[in-house]
Amino acid sequence: MDTQKPDNAGTSRRGLLKCMAWAGTGIVWTVAGGVPRGLGLGEALAAPADGFTFVQISDSHIGFNKEANPDTNATFQAALDRITKLPKQPAMVLHTGDVTHLSKAEEFDTAAGILKAVKQDIHYVPGEHDVIGDDGKQFFERFAPKQKTGGWYSFDQGGVHFVGMVNVLTFETAKAGGFGAEQLEWLEKDLKGRTASTPIVLFTHVPMWPIYPEWGWATEDAPQAISYLKRFGSVTVLNGHIHQVVQKVEGNVSYQTALSTAFPQPAAGQGPAPGPMKVPGDKLRSVLGIRQIDIAPPKVAAVTDVTLA
Amino acid sequence: MFKFSMRWPVAAAAGAVLALGTAGAIAQQQVAATDPAAAKSAEIVIQSFHFLPPTLTVAAGTAVTWSNHDEEPHNVVSPERAFRSKAIDGGESFTFVFDKPGTYKYICAVHPHMQGTVIVQ
Repeated sequence: MDTQKPDNAGTSRRGLLKCMAWAGTGIVWTVAGGVPRGLGLGEALAAPADGFTFVQISDSHIGFNKEANPDTNATFQAALDRITKLPKQPAMVLHTGDVTHLSKAEEFDTAAGILKAVKQDIHYVPGEHDVIGDDGKQFFERFAPKQKTGGWYSFDQGGVHFVGMVNVLTFETAKAGGFGAEQLEWLEKDLKGRTASTPIVLFTHVPMWPIYPEWGWATEDAPQAISYLKRFGSVTVLNGHIHQVVQKVEGNVSYQTALSTAFPQPAAGQGPAPGPMKVPGDKLRSVLGIRQIDIAPPKVAAVTDVTLA
Repeated sequence: MFKFSMRWPVAAAAGAVLALGTAGAIAQQQVAATDPAAAKSAEIVIQSFHFLPPTLTVAAGTAVTWSNHDEEPHNVVSPERAFRSKAIDGGESFTFVFDKPGTYKYICAVHPHMQGTVIVQ
């Protein structure tokens, strides 16, 4: 199952919107308005004694100011406020790309200014909107000055191996997201020697499974990356790009796309093209959000999408 | 956009400075400005994530302008890097002067399923 529809039955607008439990992987996925809420297994795992929490934000599109959201600065700020109000403070934050809308210097400046509200470390990967016209030069200078050429990297935190990958620089030739041979070779080496019980969180902008290749919602050479990940017991792939929550579980690999903080997009194939989807002004914040991920080694225990409503 | 659209006359003038001196350069510039070939222009409309027309045939020296009628930004890039625009936001445009004959395929690097071709004769 790739998509879920909101089920509002018996819940208030600020209450629980969706809940889906995956018994096979032990991951509980919830979407909540206001504050994150879990159900059953989710509640039990939401605050593991030896675990930690981190947050994913995505698709802030700073610089976008059209009808679908005339004030993306305000909604981005609201998303960051939501982080500071989480009952359990995250150990760090991931931004999965499209920080800016047009890759303009002033947009990067504005985004960096707003992001100062976050006290935790933020780890970035670029979206295709961050690399327009300059192959990401400005993006990498600002948000990844220490990374080597190409911009991909990995790090360990709380017993989890995090891998940040770049799949928006091959659009011109791949016609979709792609990593390229050099990055895939790096990934293979990066994972080699790690024990299969190490939880892996891989984050990259474009979804790593073909949600809708006609709109570029796919990563051409993702199968090769996944082949290196399959031996691990817990693999969580976090993406942005499509501005809506879509989930898929395949064996030990769980794929999750995140909400945007700027504007929603139509579901795959609904309408002539992807792009900003207009919703009534008072509904906008109910389709924007952040994501909390709870880690209880040796696995990712819960993924909770928190709307800005 | 300025840089690209002005490239041909500037290059012509610079060449003329070397060959003819300042007076010659001015004369050359005036010729360039009134040259029918240099005055040619054509437009490609970007609408609903499509380049219209998808294939455009022009004479060498034509200034081709892409006008974005979508709300979403696009850009135009030839994979061989014959030309590459920055982001073209809704309501904005980008112009490139095609000097050399050839077939130029291009895409929008933000939405790579958008593809077009300019044939320069």
